[in-house]
Amino acid sequence: MYKIYKDSKGLVAHGVSACAGCGLELIIRNVLDVLGEDTIIVIPPGCSALFSGFGKETALKIAGIQGNLENTAAYAAGIKAGLQIQGNEHTTVLAFAGDGATVDIGIQALSGVMERRDKIVYVCYDNEAYMNTGIQGSSSTPLGANTTTTPTGKNTSRKDLIKIAEAHDIPYAATASVANLVDLRKKVQKAKDTDGPALLHIHTPCPTGWGFDTAKSIEISKEAVNTGAWILYEYEAGVRKISYKPKELRPISNYLKLQGRFKHLKENEIVEVQDEIVSRFHKFMSEL
Amino acid sequence: MTFKMLDGNAAAVEGMQLARVGVISAYPITPQSAIAEKLSEMVDNDQIDAKYIRVESEHTAMSAAIGAQLTGVRAATATSSVGLALMHEVLGVASGCRVPIVMPVVNRALVSPWSLWCDHQDAMAERDSGWLQFYSENVQDVLDLMLMAYRVAEDEEILLPAMVCLDGFFLSHSMQKVECPDQAKVDSFLGKYTAKNTHLNPKDPMFINDLTSSDEFTEMRYQQKVAFDNALRIIPRVQAEFYETFGRRLNLVEEYRTEDAEVVLVTLGSMSGTAKHVVNTLRAKGLKVGILKIVSFRPFPDELVRTALRGKKVVGVLDRSAGLGAEGGPVWLETTSALKGTATEVKSYIGGLGGRDIPEATIEKIFAELLEQYNNHPIENTTWIDLKENPLDIRQVDKLVQNL
Repeated sequence: MYKIYKDSKGLVAHGVSACAGCGLELIIRNVLDVLGEDTIIVIPPGCSALFSGFGKETALKIAGIQGNLENTAAYAAGIKAGLQIQGNEHTTVLAFAGDGATVDIGIQALSGVMERRDKIVYVCYDNEAYMNTGIQGSSSTPLGANTTTTPTGKNTSRKDLIKIAEAHDIPYAATASVANLVDLRKKVQKAKDTDGPALLHIHTPCPTGWGFDTAKSIEISKEAVNTGAWILYEYEAGVRKISYKPKELRPISNYLKLQGRFKHLKENEIVEVQDEIVSRFHKFMSEL
Repeated sequence: MTFKMLDGNAAAVEGMQLARVGVISAYPITPQSAIAEKLSEMVDNDQIDAKYIRVESEHTAMSAAIGAQLTGVRAATATSSVGLALMHEVLGVASGCRVPIVMPVVNRALVSPWSLWCDHQDAMAERDSGWLQFYSENVQDVLDLMLMAYRVAEDEEILLPAMVCLDGFFLSHSMQKVECPDQAKVDSFLGKYTAKNTHLNPKDPMFINDLTSSDEFTEMRYQQKVAFDNALRIIPRVQAEFYETFGRRLNLVEEYRTEDAEVVLVTLGSMSGTAKHVVNTLRAKGLKVGILKIVSFRPFPDELVRTALRGKKVVGVLDRSAGLGAEGGPVWLETTSALKGTATEVKSYIGGLGGRDIPEATIEKIFAELLEQYNNHPIENTTWIDLKENPLDIRQVDKLVQNL
């Protein structure tokens, strides 16, 4: 047994070795702070696995298991069923996975959970690539972004996770961002209170993978929201509701120029990205 | 104690019901589907007090079962063939996290080519996965081995998941008379399930399965190895108790008329029944032949096999899987290893693949060959015993054209 001399605030230990400026750390601390200790977490391999711990040590004060990359939702479904059959309806079962483990390899298991209405909270922290394995492109990597497997920039748009959730008509799905923690925490609480599967898709700035100054994580997240690159909204009981609408979309270059992953883009390519973002935003607004 | 007419799938379900499984996550696959169907029906009819998760794949079936069992209930699933192959990754999580799930595996060949029918390659491909593996000869075995498997798997000194293997169609779809024990007896034999190692409980938090360095990995694998060693020691004790409770004997291996046998054939699964019948027929003709049936393939009862075959001049092993790239089949490899340093000649036979029946004639042919060897007429080391003539001509386009 290790003796702990000073309790950490919240349910995540002090001194976790996330990269400086990592958005994920902020997210897990806030998510667990809202959900509380009556929570069981499932974490796949990836950046969030550093909270699983290493060897005899863990960074979490709650019960959890590190699963495989593609079955976070599946473990969560099993855990929930196990608790329910024993009469425990109160414990929150949290699946906490990155974009690769969610929109790529884990989409099938997540689809199963959403279709069956398993009552779990699924958080996808989206740093828009496989960061833990060395910044390889995922289907969440945005148009134009350079990764180690899209070296000249990704030539397709990102997959729309929340639309997939909407297609399953789950009771609650929402996007969030570290740009607005109050909004994020409110949505976590809603997810917790949802009777059925709840999905949170959280934009997660990654200084290491995106190539920006570690002090600028929040600034970048805010630019993502203000340029329309990341839309904050909820899908609740079949209705979409925007959480924050920028008065006017700022030019996408405000967002792109802060990041190394877009620096190879030529003027015409920036225009292409701008067009994609703006048309997606307007389409979204028209569908509200 | 009641008698029921059950097929192998129904006997597996009977075992799960008697074990009072709490969560079921099942996905259909031929020839296992009846298990997935029957369990869902029983949950709907309140014949089992369980949650049924209608999963979207075998990978999820096993993942969900692991998650569920970690909360402190017996979890149930079942599969076959490529379904088991799809589970492969998570089988290692169940065994490595010491989650003692008991799973019927309805043996069916793996692709390619596609086959719906029995052989053992699906389970053999998982023989290093850290799961106990027991093979059934008949439908009664399926039920008995299921009940035994729960006790063995959940033993504190073992804590390993277990596969109860039953031959696809030959057992899964074969109706036989089965003696079914009373619930009360099973309850006292198995006890209520509690998680004895890893668990998921918010009131007693533990983080399971994090990254482990080379500093500890070897030792954690070694702990699993010791669990298998313990299983070899503990299974006979459980089987003795099984006999006292239910009145039927189970074994790690079963010797059938081996004592004075000149040659012995090692068998696995449903072929053993036919083989015993052939032994009786040949014995009536004065031929000294016998059978050694392997019930527990994992752990492999090395010493029992060595003892049973001690002093035999010639032994044959009939594998129902190809063992591609090795000199013989997997059961042959184990048997050969058990007999290392002895003078026994161990011959490998491959047969019964992709649903091909193993009739009396096949077994008789093997015994005839083994007796040849016994009488100092050397035979091949490895023989595909039921191979047709000109096997290389099968599906040859030019031959097909010629025959048009």
